[in-house]
Amino acid sequence: MSVSTCPSEPLAEAAGANGLDAIDRAIVLATQAGLPLVPDPWSAVGGPLGLTGEEVRARLQRMQQSGVIRRIAAVPNHYRLGYVANGMTVWDVDDAHIERLGREVAGIPGVSHCYRRPRHLPEWPYNLFVMLHGKSQAEVERQAEALREKLGEACRDHRILYSSRILKKTGLRLARRPGPPR
Amino acid sequence: MAALDSLDRRLIDAFQRELPLCERPFAAMAERLGASEAQVIERLQRLQHDQVLSRVGPVFDHARAGASLLAAVAVPEAERDRVAAAINRSPGVNHNYLREHDFNLWFVMTAADEQQLEARLEALEEELGYAVLRLPMVAAYHIDLGFPIPWDELETP
Repeated sequence: MSVSTCPSEPLAEAAGANGLDAIDRAIVLATQAGLPLVPDPWSAVGGPLGLTGEEVRARLQRMQQSGVIRRIAAVPNHYRLGYVANGMTVWDVDDAHIERLGREVAGIPGVSHCYRRPRHLPEWPYNLFVMLHGKSQAEVERQAEALREKLGEACRDHRILYSSRILKKTGLRLARRPGPPR
Repeated sequence: MAALDSLDRRLIDAFQRELPLCERPFAAMAERLGASEAQVIERLQRLQHDQVLSRVGPVFDHARAGASLLAAVAVPEAERDRVAAAINRSPGVNHNYLREHDFNLWFVMTAADEQQLEARLEALEEELGYAVLRLPMVAAYHIDLGFPIPWDELETP
């Protein structure tokens, strides 16, 4: 586990809103960069916090049930697996159909995220954001074409916004003072 | 693509969505994979070191661990690096991508709560001299919980 120098701020004060207490937050801090890869990772996390492995596990499970944790897994880095092209596709979809279409589109291969976001007219007409991943730009374009067909008449316009550079990626937010762990 | 053998692939396939949350998770994984606990730990260490796995552990939901939104700024080419650097320095920013569009800088702003989030965005707008497009999530139809990896397909260039 390394330490990043990102200036993102602590969410420590957010306890009330998300139901995390000080112990939960300590567990988040200790695990957000990954579990220690030892036979009993829970006790290894708990030791310095004065918790048993059992308590750590129970709290992680509770955070997962409440949705603060999406999953506890071996998380692949798709870029390293060969998914080198990613396109943020944005769609202007009829509000009357977006709920149904959003769920349908989510099942298309290559889609990692599919969110509804607000329009800001006139400069931003797009209300559906679909993140696509492929081996090449051509593959991402084929996936976008499949989306286009699925959305049909309900879609007025769309764009594919390729990322040309990653300027910053930390992916972590709960921070310990003074700097956040990574 | 990194060179991965059958055990690596089976390990990723079986556990990219969920680890067994039992007392000895790596031993439980080993049992399912027909390997030893030490082997599983060694593989996980290597895959993580090679960045094939970004991490082995919990994935937190930003939105639920506080407040956050996707934001974008449209900046002329000549101003881009200055503005990007200012965004990166700004407290609460945890992703920043350059994208091919008039809105060319895309970042995620986070904060402890909605009030602090808005305060941060307003402070940033003032510093940048550009309006920030605010794109909070209204509904999630799909979030990344991993997807089946087509190993054979990925091998062909």
